[in-house]
Amino acid sequence: MSAAHDDHHHGPAKGLSRWLFTTNHKDIGTLYLWFSFAMFLLGGTFAMVIRAELFQPGLQLVDPNFFNQMTTMHGLVMVFGAVMPAFVGLANWLIPMMIGAPDMALPRMNNWSFWILPFAFAMLSSTLLMDAGAPNFGWTFYAPLSTTYAPETVTFFIFAVHLMGASSIMGSINIIATVLNMRAPGMTMMKMPLFVWTWLITAYLLLAVMPVLAGVVTMMLFDVHFGTSFFNAAGGGDPVLFQHVFWFFGHPEVYIMILPAFGIISAIIPTFARKRLFGYDSMVYASASIAFLSFIVWAHHMFTVGMPIAGELFFMYATMLIAVPTGVKVFNWTATMFRGSMSFETPMLFAIAFVVLFTMGGFTGLMLAITPADFQYHDTYFVVAHFHYVLVPGAVFSIMAAAYYWLPKWTGHMYDERLGKLHFWMSFIGVNVLFFPQHFLGLAGMPRRIPDYALQFADFNWISSIGGFMFGASQLILLVVVIKCIKGGKKATAQVWEGAQGLEWTLESPAPYHTFTTPPDPKLIHAQ
Amino acid sequence: MLPKAKLWLGLVVAALMTLSTNLQAAWELNMTQGVTQISRDTYDLHMQILWWCVAIGVVVFGVMLWSIINHRKSKGAVAASFHESTKVEILWTVIPFIILILMAIPATRVLTEAYDSSESDLDIQVTGYQWRWEYRYLREDANEEEVAFYSILSTPRDQINNDLPKEEHYLLEVDKPLVIPVNKKVRFLVTSNDVIHAWWMPAFAVKKDAIPGFINEAWTIVEEPGIYRGQCAELCGLDHGFMPIVVHAVPQDEYDAWYAGQQQAAAATRAAANNVVTLSAALEQGEEIYNRICIACHQANGTGLPPAFPALAGSAVANGDVEANIRLVINGVPGTAMAAYGRQLNTVELSAIITYIRNSFGNSTGDLVQPADVNTILQEAQ
Ligand SMILES: [Cu+2]
Repeated sequence: MSAAHDDHHHGPAKGLSRWLFTTNHKDIGTLYLWFSFAMFLLGGTFAMVIRAELFQPGLQLVDPNFFNQMTTMHGLVMVFGAVMPAFVGLANWLIPMMIGAPDMALPRMNNWSFWILPFAFAMLSSTLLMDAGAPNFGWTFYAPLSTTYAPETVTFFIFAVHLMGASSIMGSINIIATVLNMRAPGMTMMKMPLFVWTWLITAYLLLAVMPVLAGVVTMMLFDVHFGTSFFNAAGGGDPVLFQHVFWFFGHPEVYIMILPAFGIISAIIPTFARKRLFGYDSMVYASASIAFLSFIVWAHHMFTVGMPIAGELFFMYATMLIAVPTGVKVFNWTATMFRGSMSFETPMLFAIAFVVLFTMGGFTGLMLAITPADFQYHDTYFVVAHFHYVLVPGAVFSIMAAAYYWLPKWTGHMYDERLGKLHFWMSFIGVNVLFFPQHFLGLAGMPRRIPDYALQFADFNWISSIGGFMFGASQLILLVVVIKCIKGGKKATAQVWEGAQGLEWTLESPAPYHTFTTPPDPKLIHAQ
Repeated sequence: MLPKAKLWLGLVVAALMTLSTNLQAAWELNMTQGVTQISRDTYDLHMQILWWCVAIGVVVFGVMLWSIINHRKSKGAVAASFHESTKVEILWTVIPFIILILMAIPATRVLTEAYDSSESDLDIQVTGYQWRWEYRYLREDANEEEVAFYSILSTPRDQINNDLPKEEHYLLEVDKPLVIPVNKKVRFLVTSNDVIHAWWMPAFAVKKDAIPGFINEAWTIVEEPGIYRGQCAELCGLDHGFMPIVVHAVPQDEYDAWYAGQQQAAAATRAAANNVVTLSAALEQGEEIYNRICIACHQANGTGLPPAFPALAGSAVANGDVEANIRLVINGVPGTAMAAYGRQLNTVELSAIITYIRNSFGNSTGDLVQPADVNTILQEAQ
C-alpha cells in the first residue's frame, strides 16, 4: 500500500539510475542539453586547433592529415552532436509543457533515442586514437575520397552516422506523436506556440531525410567492404550520384538546424517587446514553405559539378525563392519589435543578434544562389563565412537565447544577468571578428579546408583566429552561468518574464517533475 | 552622449583608421574583376546583388535599430496592440519577389554565356591527381608530337615548415605553368584520375570540378597577357592545400614558339628513353624528383606517415627485388595515394627515382636502375 502510494507521487529516482532509466521528458531534455554542451566544447576544441594552425602561414602545429581530421570532426560533432541534440533537448523540455501534455507520447523510446547518442559519438571520437586516424574527408564526406581513398576508420564513421540517424528518427517520431495526439483540450493547431510548429515541421523533415543519409552511408559501406561500385567510376559507378544523395539529405538538414531556432526567436521577441508576435499565421505558412522548398534546392551545393544548364537554372531559381518566406520571418520579427515596449535581458540580446546576423547569413546565401557568382564563391572561405553566420550567431545563438530564457523555469532560479550580458557581448564581438573577415578571405580567393595559405591571406586569418579564441573562451562563461543558476540565485516566479505568454509560464518555477497530469484550464490557452 | 559610448566611438574610429591605412597595402576585400568578359560580368553580378542586399539590410536593420532606440520600456514606451496586417504582409512578399526577378535576369544571361563552350581555338585536357595537375594539349593530327606535362607545387618544403623565409608567391607557384595564347578561346576538358578536385582560376572566373569518370567543359578567352594564379578548390586529401594552378597567358607568336619548343623536348625525351645513366647523375635527378613528388607522403627522411603513407627507410620494397620495386612505382597501389607513376614520369625519371630511394634513408642496395630496365617493364605493362 505504502509502496503504491510512493509510486503515485514519485519524484526522480536517486543517483545514476535516475538518468540511465529515466522516461521523464524533463530529465531527458536535461540529458540532451548537457550532452550537446559537452559536444559543443569538444567540437569547439577542434575549431581552436584549426584556428591556431591558421593563425600564421606555414605549418606550425599539425600536419595536413590531422588538420583534415580536425575540419571533418569539427563539422560532424557540431552538426550532429551539438546543434541537433540541443534542439531535441529543448523540444523534450518544452513541447509537453507548451501544449499542456504530461510527457512525451513515447517515453521509453525517448530514453533510447538519447542513450544511443553517447555511444555514437564515443565511437566516432575513438577514431582519433586509432592508428589510421579520424575521418579526414570533410563533414560532407564526398566519395571517392571517403570510400576508395578513405582511412580504415571510415567504417566506424559509417556506423556512428547510422546510430545518430536512428536516434534522430526516433526523436522525430516521438515529437510528431506528441504534438498530434497529446495537445490539451483547446490547444488547436493554430494556437500552438511557434516553437511547437517549427519543431513539428522539422520532425517531418528529419523523418524524410535521415533515411536518405542512412542510405548513402550504406552505399559507402558496400563500396568499401563488399566490392560494389556505387561511387567508383572505375567500376562503372558515379561519384556525382553521391553528392546528389548526400545533398538531398544535406539541404533539408540545414533547415532542420534553423527551423526550431525560428520558433525560439518567435517566443522571445514578443516577450521582451511586450507585444504579440506579428503575423503568426504567416510565420506558420512561411515555415512550411521553407520546409517544402528545402527539398528542391539541393543541387545548389553542386553548381560546379557540371550539371546541364537547365539544372543549374532550376536550382538557382528555386534557391532564390527561399528568400521570400525567410524574408517574411525577418520582417515579422522586426514588426513585432516596432512600437513595442522593449527591454534587453540576455535572451533578448541573443535573439536580436540572431535576427541581424542570421539575416546577414541569409544575404550571403542569396549571393551564393546566383549560379555564375557561385562559381567564384564555391568552396572558398566566403562559403565558410556564410554557413557559420547562419549556424553560429544563427542556430547556436538561438539555443543560447533559449537557455537563458527558460533556465529560470528549469532551475527555479534567475541566472546571473551581469554574467549573461558579459557572455553575450563577448560572444557577439568574438563571432563577428571570427567570421566577418572570412568573407574577405573567400572573395580574395582563399579555398576552404586548407591547412596553409598564400601570404596575401595572412592578415585576415590572424584576425579571424583572435576572434575565434575570444568566442571559444567566452563559452566557458555560459558554463559558469548555468552551474551558478542550478546551485542557487534569486527565486524565479512562475511568470519569470513580465511579457511571457504560454502554458509553461503558468507552472511554478522550477517546473514540477510531473506537469499537466490533468489538462490545463482551456481558458489559459490563448492565440499566440 | 554617455562617456562610455564616447569611449567606444573613439575606439571604433581609431580601429577604422588603422584599418584603412592598411587597406592600401595587401588587404584584399573583394572579388577580382579578372581578365575575361565572363569574369567581369560575374564581378558586376556579384556587386549588383551585394548592393541589393545592402539596401534591404539598411531598411530592415534601420527599422529595427530605430525601434530599439525609441521603443524601449525604460523610456516609457507603451506597446501597441497590432499583430497583423494583410496588406503589409502581401507587400513584403511581393516586393522581394520582384527584386528576385530583377536579380535572376542578369544571372541567367551570364550563366548562358559562361555555358557556351562551343567553337574553341584550342583544347586542353586538365586532369587532377593527388596532388598535381596534368595538362595535355589536344592535337588535331595524331602523328604530331604531343605536348603533355605535370604541374606541381614548386614552393620548397622548407618554406612550408618555416625553416626558410616565405617568398612572394608562396604556395601559388609551380614547376611548369600552363601556357595559353591570349585572345583565343581555350577550352578545358576537366577530369580526374583519383578523387574529386576542382580547377579554379579566379581571374578567369572558371571553376570546374575534376571528377573521375566525367569530362567537364570550361572555357576562357584571356584578354591580357600575364601570370595568373589559382588553387584546387575541392578537398582532395592530404595535400589539397598544396596543388596550385599557374597559367601564363602569352601572345600567339610567343605561344607558338613555346609549343614548338615543348614538342622538341618531348621528342628528345623519347629518344633518351634507353640512354645509359651514371649513379651520381641518377641520384641527383632522383633526389630532385623525390623532393617534388614523393616528399608530401613519404616525408623528407623517408619515414612516411604510417599507416596511410608507408616509410621507405628500411622498407621491404625499396630494399628487396628491384623488378618488384620498378613494377610498384610504375603501377602504383590502387585505392591509395600511391599513383601509377608509369604514366606520369618518363623512363629516365623513373629509373632515377628508383635508384634514389634504393640508396637513401639508410637503404644501401647499391643498385643502379637503367632507363632500359624500366622501359622493358613499362612495355610489358602496357
Ligand atoms: Cu585537388
